[in-house]
Amino acid sequence: MALTNASELPQSDRWADLRDTAQALRHHIVHMAADSPGAHVGGSMSVTEILTVLFFDGVLHVDPSQPKMEGRDYLIFSKGHASAALYAALAERGFFPVEELKTYKQMGSRLAGHSLKSIPGVELATGSLGHGLPVGNGVAMAGKYDGLPYRTFVVLGDGECQEGSVWEAAMAAAHYKLDNLVAIVDRNGVQEDGPTEQIMALEPFADKWRSFGWEVREVDGHDVEDLSKALHAVPFATGKPSLVLARTVKGKGVSFAEHAHSWHYGKLSSEQRERALADLGPQPVRGGRS
Amino acid sequence: MSVASVADLKVGSAAWIERTTLSAVETCRLAQLELARNDERFFSLEADLGDFGGFPFRDEFPGRSIDFGIAEASMIGAAGGLSLRGKIPLINTFASFGLMRACEQVRLDLCYHKANAKIFGTFAGLQAGFSGPTHHSIEDIAIARAFPNMTVIAPADAVSAYWATLAAGHHPGPVFVRLAVDVTAQVYGEDCPFEIGKGNTLREGGDLTLVASGLTVVAEALGAAKILAGEGIEARVLDLHTVKPIDRELLAQAARETGLLITVEEHTIYGGLGGAVAEAVAEEAPVPMRILGIPDSYAEYVGPYPEHLRRYGLDAAGIAASARQALAARRER
Repeated sequence: MALTNASELPQSDRWADLRDTAQALRHHIVHMAADSPGAHVGGSMSVTEILTVLFFDGVLHVDPSQPKMEGRDYLIFSKGHASAALYAALAERGFFPVEELKTYKQMGSRLAGHSLKSIPGVELATGSLGHGLPVGNGVAMAGKYDGLPYRTFVVLGDGECQEGSVWEAAMAAAHYKLDNLVAIVDRNGVQEDGPTEQIMALEPFADKWRSFGWEVREVDGHDVEDLSKALHAVPFATGKPSLVLARTVKGKGVSFAEHAHSWHYGKLSSEQRERALADLGPQPVRGGRS
Repeated sequence: MSVASVADLKVGSAAWIERTTLSAVETCRLAQLELARNDERFFSLEADLGDFGGFPFRDEFPGRSIDFGIAEASMIGAAGGLSLRGKIPLINTFASFGLMRACEQVRLDLCYHKANAKIFGTFAGLQAGFSGPTHHSIEDIAIARAFPNMTVIAPADAVSAYWATLAAGHHPGPVFVRLAVDVTAQVYGEDCPFEIGKGNTLREGGDLTLVASGLTVVAEALGAAKILAGEGIEARVLDLHTVKPIDRELLAQAARETGLLITVEEHTIYGGLGGAVAEAVAEEAPVPMRILGIPDSYAEYVGPYPEHLRRYGLDAAGIAASARQALAARRER
């Protein structure tokens, strides 16, 4: 039985439970990358704790039994190539059976390499980068107009922020004072062709967002406590959109994939699967503490 | 145009036409106001190209009017987001920028998601005249038509543009409407049937069919038919205001009954109305065709709009000349 809200646990158990959840998601990602034609391993492993805290620490107000529930928070997973991590989180949270993860990129499955719009819990089909933040603006604008309290969370990759549409939308979000909008950037520092600072430098990254009118918090994107405190504190400022800059490691947890642009995408051989699982340690028994 | 001044007049009546000045973009905006007054789901989205004699929508519904500045991807993406929340965005910009600068946002955020959003593209075709190829929009129909779920409309005049806008507003899913800023020739009056997907027969004739779509060229096709009638040639004229989904039945009937179709559009000859008609007729009732439009080139000639039309043979005289040639070629076969 999956835990759904670690924030209700005693502090001592809460962080350990979230860490277990993140490792459980990583196990799923490893198997998806080994059993399918391939997966975006690096970006899935780096975004794992971000998704864990969003879904399993009571940040996102969602109900897996009613994915379109009125009043829910919106998660727009703009770095759609890391679908393995998103699917693992959605399945563990109960949006669809965990068993279904085995169908990732298999013939006839709905779990495509980049999320289809028909998957429960997916608000926007993503994969082409630079789409999530503009769409998130629209969702947030509608919430402001209707006077509704739901929030919109957009998860972006760092390389994705080389797309101009991200900055068009960043400007609009600040201009329209969308403090019901939260963007989380998975700052793993590596894109498909190499390190971001070599391919197309993003730094000073936090300053860029600040200068565009966002309230920025930098966190360790693998420290669930750090992430949790930031994500439970939004909006960081009234009248401003919030930006969580999460410093992460591409391929986190799998020794040979860490920081390696070559593991932006790939299929794990059976030997690599075993090494990856050994790196991660035994699959945690989720919910064991509850 | 004073919006209030036409409120009590019958749409398409002589007085209404006089007050609206027959600019399609203005009548489109008039219809947008009408939509917004009756349904709070309608929002107006602009990208800094909204001033056509003031901002009546913004004045009347400031909370539902959003300007994104010069940032089309931001605007179209947000339209996708608004529609996820049940709003109906009415997106206003130039045809070339809305569909081409933000092409992928239209493709994914609107069309793939079947967003209930409408794009009103002004300066379609060569209407930007002197402004040059950056502002001409001669590929928009081909692009819009290629997207699954997209409906593509090119109204024939300002009256038709009014009804097209209302129809688009009530039609579920993404719709692209092609418009122009200048005053264009009047085709319709108070009687303007407009049903998405259903072409209008403007003139009967049995010798050939002129199939036209869009501002100016429908009127020019009617003018060509008049010239040809003086020579004893009876041309049927169809206003195919909806390019997608296309009225296959009307086209098949015209093909069977007249045996020759000439399409007329202010658009590249590849993939626009001509392509759409050819696809339908080839399957339903193959007959010889001529596709009139802009050949494979950008219009670098600097000149006024009517001169552009004349140079591409899209004015009444040019269309009539093409019709004569096509009829002669058919006789020789």
